Amino acid sequence: MLFRPRRRDGLPGLSRSIAFTLVWIGLIVMLPLAALVLRPWQDGSGAVLRALHDTRMYAALRVSFGCAALAALVDVPLGLLLAWALVRARLPGRRAVDALIDLPFALPTAVTGITLATLYGPTGWIGAPLARAGIRVAYTPAGIVVALMFVGLPFIVRAVEPVLRGLPPELEEAGVLLGASPMQNFRRVVLPPLLPPLVAGFGLAFARCIGEYGSVIFIAGNQPFRSEIAPLLIVVRLQEYDYDGATAIALILLLSALACMTGVAALRRRVSRGLVARGAA
Amino acid sequence: MAGPSGRGNAVLVAATYLTVLAVLVLPVLLVMAEALRAGLPAAWRSLLDPDALSAIRLTLVVTLVAVAVNTAGGVMAAWLVTKYRFRGRGVLVALIELPISVSPVIAGLVWLLLFGRQGWWGGWLERHDIQIAFATPGILLATLFVTFPYVARTLMPLMEQQGREAEEAAFLLGAGFWRTLWSVTLPDARWALLSGILLTTARAIGEFGAVSVVSGHIPGLTETMPLHIETLYNGYQTVAAFAMAALLALIAMATVLLRSFLEHDFRKASS
Amino acid sequence: MSVQIQSLTRHAPKASRRLLDDVSLTVEDGAFVALVGPSGAGKTTLLRTIAGLDGPYEGSVLVDGQALAGRPMRERRIGFVFQNYALFRHMTVARNISFGLDVLPRRARPDRAAIAARVAELLELIQLPALGGAYPDQLSGGQRQRVALARALATKPGLLLLDEPFGALDPIVRRQIRRWLRGLHDQLGLTTILVTHDHEEALEVADRLVVMQDGRIVQDAAAEMLDVAPATPFVMEFLGEALEFAGRIAHGRFEPDDQDVLSFPAGAGEGPATAFLRPHETRLVAGGGAARATPLAGGRGGLRRVEVALGARVVEILVPPERLDLIGAGGLGLEIGRARLFRDGVPLTGAPPAANGRERARVAAG
Repeated sequence: MLFRPRRRDGLPGLSRSIAFTLVWIGLIVMLPLAALVLRPWQDGSGAVLRALHDTRMYAALRVSFGCAALAALVDVPLGLLLAWALVRARLPGRRAVDALIDLPFALPTAVTGITLATLYGPTGWIGAPLARAGIRVAYTPAGIVVALMFVGLPFIVRAVEPVLRGLPPELEEAGVLLGASPMQNFRRVVLPPLLPPLVAGFGLAFARCIGEYGSVIFIAGNQPFRSEIAPLLIVVRLQEYDYDGATAIALILLLSALACMTGVAALRRRVSRGLVARGAA
Repeated sequence: MAGPSGRGNAVLVAATYLTVLAVLVLPVLLVMAEALRAGLPAAWRSLLDPDALSAIRLTLVVTLVAVAVNTAGGVMAAWLVTKYRFRGRGVLVALIELPISVSPVIAGLVWLLLFGRQGWWGGWLERHDIQIAFATPGILLATLFVTFPYVARTLMPLMEQQGREAEEAAFLLGAGFWRTLWSVTLPDARWALLSGILLTTARAIGEFGAVSVVSGHIPGLTETMPLHIETLYNGYQTVAAFAMAALLALIAMATVLLRSFLEHDFRKASS
Repeated sequence: MSVQIQSLTRHAPKASRRLLDDVSLTVEDGAFVALVGPSGAGKTTLLRTIAGLDGPYEGSVLVDGQALAGRPMRERRIGFVFQNYALFRHMTVARNISFGLDVLPRRARPDRAAIAARVAELLELIQLPALGGAYPDQLSGGQRQRVALARALATKPGLLLLDEPFGALDPIVRRQIRRWLRGLHDQLGLTTILVTHDHEEALEVADRLVVMQDGRIVQDAAAEMLDVAPATPFVMEFLGEALEFAGRIAHGRFEPDDQDVLSFPAGAGEGPATAFLRPHETRLVAGGGAARATPLAGGRGGLRRVEVALGARVVEILVPPERLDLIGAGGLGLEIGRARLFRDGVPLTGAPPAANGRERARVAAG
């Protein structure tokens, strides 16, 4: 067969939007992240290995991961409650509640930080009664969890809400008509399809929380080995001009967050392909 | 649990209100209360302090540029990803969303690795007396990184759903790329676009971690509003700190309320 | 405007499957051609390729003897109507219609009054003079359809391309718009190519039908010739209910395999063959065999549906009411002398050549 020229036609703007997008992504995201990935190996692997022997770093990572996991876990039932109320309940002021749920996302983290520190501080509205009961929240790891709970909550609600909206109420009615008790109905009919979005929401909240900085540092107390989070340690290392140490922690945080996001994306794909059966727990 | 039957619904509503009040509303009330502790005039005066005004000015400039750049980039990227099918499209979407999962501190650190004194190009910049790290350009770059995905992310689902027929029709009627984008695609996606711009603005104004790393914290020079709050708070100027926090909280409240209304509009329009 | 397509091939993205496979087609100036075929046959792909959407492709598309690829749309003089109309939702009907004029460069753009006059003229043409200020969401399906057409016509195209333009309309509106569209075609002297999966619609409105299957053109013929001389069994079955009888030709006659089906003279060479015909083209012959027939409920076009038992096989045919009294008699034979005969997918008896002989040879070889 003779060679035939391939002709291109179609919606205009492909090359322009590709060029524009690649420059935009390249300069603002790819270039700096390339620096992050390449920098540690620049002076040989010695600096990295030295950084990996830093016990303070491991303590900080433990605090960050532990508190993030705990906060995201506590957010799961709270988020489910709010999503449920938004979709199913006759909720006066639904629009206001709906808007308020995004507040942690829009509120500057520094504002969140000083506010929670004051609120849970020894003389704060919540902190004072707790102090009388002998419970300290501010300037302890518990304070970190409180701050991260605030930050992570919208992720759970917004992950569950659309799935719940797509779930016909007839399912539960059918369950009731088939004689299931309210508890059985919830566990066997309602929960299974909500499990994937709950896990996805947990993953998103967790990924966000391990990197959180502004809302935590004011309430955390920031004692090394006890209430010092990993992002703060990056800042500390930078102030010590220890770029290798800072970069090592940053890489670990970044890879963990990426692993989370990849897991969430994979879960979403499996759900949308029907691989995670809606009815199977 | 099933169905909003009388008592079940009441319990559910009560639990919801309690959660919303304790977790979401109480902090906002506290901000206002602390800001007004010494009265409105004192709070107002603290905002007129030269360093505070300088912080507000810097924040406005950085926000304006960041929103403009990321809106333009976000629109082009959303167009590219939703109107064409090509290999590597999924990778591109992942890259666009990547900054969301990057810690703000890292978003600041990466620019130091490029432009800081020990960074790749730090020496060169120093020799030519160009200041990026610990100066306004660095703050801008950090803000650009942190607010990168929001316009594209808000636009993409809507534009995907709109398909490309309207664009094809415009093209067949003789409209070029810019004309099609400007008078066919964007008007139809205007609520989503506005919602994305609002979110970008809110995040740009309020960014703390990333900016904190690259700023250098020089009051009156390289402090944005959130950084200035930190300085005031750590200096025990509680009223001034919370006055500025209240200003930011009001902006955040306005943002979420507006976005909620916009989303309601485009959910209705697309159904 | 005339269209010449030569050896057009398009591949599906990321797959070796061909959306269009070596398609050649000529549409003369002023013709009304319908592209028909089942979904996935490549009709819409062909239409979009002619319009200059999608790409890349191999082969050539010439309009009035000139290649269009790479030329600005406004010079191409092509009007396109989408299946779902693709009206701009945020613009009024008038702004939708004037869009093609509004986007002209200033030198070529008519002044405001001229554009307004053109819009008024088109609104008159589509019989919606009062709806210029309405938004697409406020219109009915049929009205939207007509607005989409007016928008495509605003720049006075010579070639009108319609992609399933009646798909979303209810049957009565469909028929009205169909007739109106044909009138418009004749009145404006357009060249029109229409895509539809509904062969009856195509037969009613077009002069010529191009039947497509799996990315190829199977037959290209005048509307009235298709049913008389289908190029393949697929065309026969696509155009309506068809009965199929396997058998062989021997001694100048087609001998069906089914019992009680009568043989008939056939001029082709000896060997296996398949006969196809419409249920209403059969005839029951008293005393012709041992078949029994039972009237069924329903019928079509004044004919009654009848079930005929041919040994182990049961077929449904259509019988004029005056011949129903035969049925009780029993001992029937089924006469199928009006059948079209095929061997290996190629017509045997007096079928006129398809417009593109190579296509048919390809089908025969495959």
